[in-house]
Amino acid sequence: MKMNLNLNIIKDYATSYLFILPALVIFLVFGLYPFIQVFWLSVHSWDGISLAKDFVGMRNFVEVFQDRYWWQGMWHAGYIAVLALTFQNAVALILALLVDKGIRGGNAFRVIFYLPPVLSGIVVGLIWSWIYDGNYGLLNNVLTHMGLGNLARAWLSDPKTALICVGIIHMWKGFGWGFVILLAGLQGIPRELYEAADVDGAGSWHKFVHVTIPMMIPVFVLVIILTILGTMQIFDIIASTTNGGPGYETEVPVTRILASMLGLSRFGYACAQAVVFGVILLVISMIQLKISKSMKQA
Amino acid sequence: MRRIILTMSVIAGFFAVIAGCAGCGTKPSDSAAGKKSAVVVWHWMSDREEAFQELAKRYEEQTGIVVDFQLFAPSEAYSNKVRASAQTNTLPDIYGILAETRDYASFIKAGYVADLTASMQENDGAWQNTFFKKALTMDTFVEGNQFEVKPGIYGVPIDVTNIQFLYNKDLFAKAGLDPEKPPQTFAEFIEAGKKLKAKNIQGLVSGWGEIWMINCLADNFAWNVMGKDKVLATIKGDVAYTDPDWIKVFVLFKEMGESGVLASGMITMVNKNAEQTFANQRAAMAFNGSWCVNVYKGMNPDLNYGTFLPPQVSKNNPVVLWGGAGSSFKVNASSPRKEQAIAFLKWLTAAEQQAFLAKETSNLPANKDSLLNIPPVLRQFADAMQYAVHPSQLPYNEYPRVVEAMGKGIQLIIIGQKSPVELAKELASLKSEELKRAQKQ
Repeated sequence: MKMNLNLNIIKDYATSYLFILPALVIFLVFGLYPFIQVFWLSVHSWDGISLAKDFVGMRNFVEVFQDRYWWQGMWHAGYIAVLALTFQNAVALILALLVDKGIRGGNAFRVIFYLPPVLSGIVVGLIWSWIYDGNYGLLNNVLTHMGLGNLARAWLSDPKTALICVGIIHMWKGFGWGFVILLAGLQGIPRELYEAADVDGAGSWHKFVHVTIPMMIPVFVLVIILTILGTMQIFDIIASTTNGGPGYETEVPVTRILASMLGLSRFGYACAQAVVFGVILLVISMIQLKISKSMKQA
Repeated sequence: MRRIILTMSVIAGFFAVIAGCAGCGTKPSDSAAGKKSAVVVWHWMSDREEAFQELAKRYEEQTGIVVDFQLFAPSEAYSNKVRASAQTNTLPDIYGILAETRDYASFIKAGYVADLTASMQENDGAWQNTFFKKALTMDTFVEGNQFEVKPGIYGVPIDVTNIQFLYNKDLFAKAGLDPEKPPQTFAEFIEAGKKLKAKNIQGLVSGWGEIWMINCLADNFAWNVMGKDKVLATIKGDVAYTDPDWIKVFVLFKEMGESGVLASGMITMVNKNAEQTFANQRAAMAFNGSWCVNVYKGMNPDLNYGTFLPPQVSKNNPVVLWGGAGSSFKVNASSPRKEQAIAFLKWLTAAEQQAFLAKETSNLPANKDSLLNIPPVLRQFADAMQYAVHPSQLPYNEYPRVVEAMGKGIQLIIIGQKSPVELAKELASLKSEELKRAQKQ
């Protein structure tokens, strides 16, 4: 009797595992294998074509840590991430709060705000290149008409403005994501909590601070993690506006990885850069999750 | 039991699909379904796709052999596809390699490219002699080349190209410049830029966001300022970038930046935008390759323009420009249809087919006997082929990191963020690092 029972349990487990086998195979082939391959290549010197791959141990990683253009790229991506975390998410939250309050045309705004994120980064980059154009650009035109012609410049070719201009494009393209997630979070807050706060005589500000913010913490954490991960991996906008220039002023980690891979034909080194980059993103996400857990507990 | 049979069926079905998919694309030469024994050609030239299809049709009519041209664009995607296919040994019969010479050499050494020397040289070099001499040099590896490739000819040029200055004759006239007398010296070039600026017309535009175009002009100037031998000595590591001649080259870019001859924002501009700017008459001069004739024709058929050589800086050495084979096809060394592929390429590069391609696509043909009926501007590019050199034709090539740093550094010189001496020192230090690394390896 007991043996029969064990056999049935094994059969059930086997059947279940057989059903997940296709997904597992796909994950192994398209997820785990490339992941391992990147690690393997990162300890080799390889030009992406030759049959021979020379084992170089940790030499590629040592070089990554000494590569000032790589760390400059990390700094640039971090700078844009800070801009996005503050300004982009602040705008997204304000707009989400307005739409949540039921302003007129709320549904139309939802669609309009969600349009930039669904556009191709390359297209967005090209459109903004025209806006920032030094001679025929909309921005310079507006400034000149406002009597501020002395501020006009080739915005994307000036090292003082290139990075922040790219950051603005990225924020414009990205705020819609935050808006949608934050709006969903706001609409998930039970209305009873606000009613109870009303009964207690709380004003709008107190309701925002003592009801909205605590209830939104998990959503904020999600938005923050997505913003950091998305921004650190910025590429298409850079490729279509500045190509990393002028000089190295708008280089970011992904453009450096691509330059190593295709420009310098150093696939092994590019993989080492990718591994270091992946580890950094993982650490950032883990710190973020840890903070959010402690905030929830508090 | 029924459940287990059902489960097993699902699993079997899944693996059948995977196995089926695995077959997709593994044999590019069989992909033209129903086309028996087609010679498969992979290319990236979307502007030539129609002409290629027409030629394939004519070839089939003449020989009965089917040629299947397969387009993969844009060029970056094509390039990645070729690299990936090489790794899985699934390259087609004929393909092109979009990469630097060192990568081309790696393809050859890995056995992916057939040596065409014997075919080129049979019948007293009948095939080889149909090409512009400079068209073949990019596909030729000479004895003692730095990449250690067995000497020989490994590719078939389809067209040739060179990069020159272009000027808008109407805008020149508007600025009071002689539309039939473009600048010849660097001083005249700067002067022309100033006159244009005075009339509120932008001067030179080019895709200098793509640093290879900046390096191209820097090389032109370097050859003119110090001559071929000294440039080669620098690449070899015998002359430092801190040499006064190199600093003089970088100073030229500083002067261009300061004089206002350069169009606004061009140091981060991609070449496509630069082409639009020149075609729309928003800049009076451009630095672009011979492919631009076709591009400008599409953007503004009425554009009235001519070409001129890179402005001369020194009289001690000749003016040169970048040029050589534009696009070239390689034959897969392990193709079962290698002979058919070579026969097709011979036909494709014969005068009649080359003239057809030149007429249809406004590109400079590789066959020197097919220059009749090309547009006048293209004729100017053809005439300038005598001044063309290409870094990949040289016995030594500069390290990619140095090349990148030079292009990026010149961008910063133009906008006054770096001095020529600073760049020279940076390049010298980088070069020394690369030489040390090469010695270790």
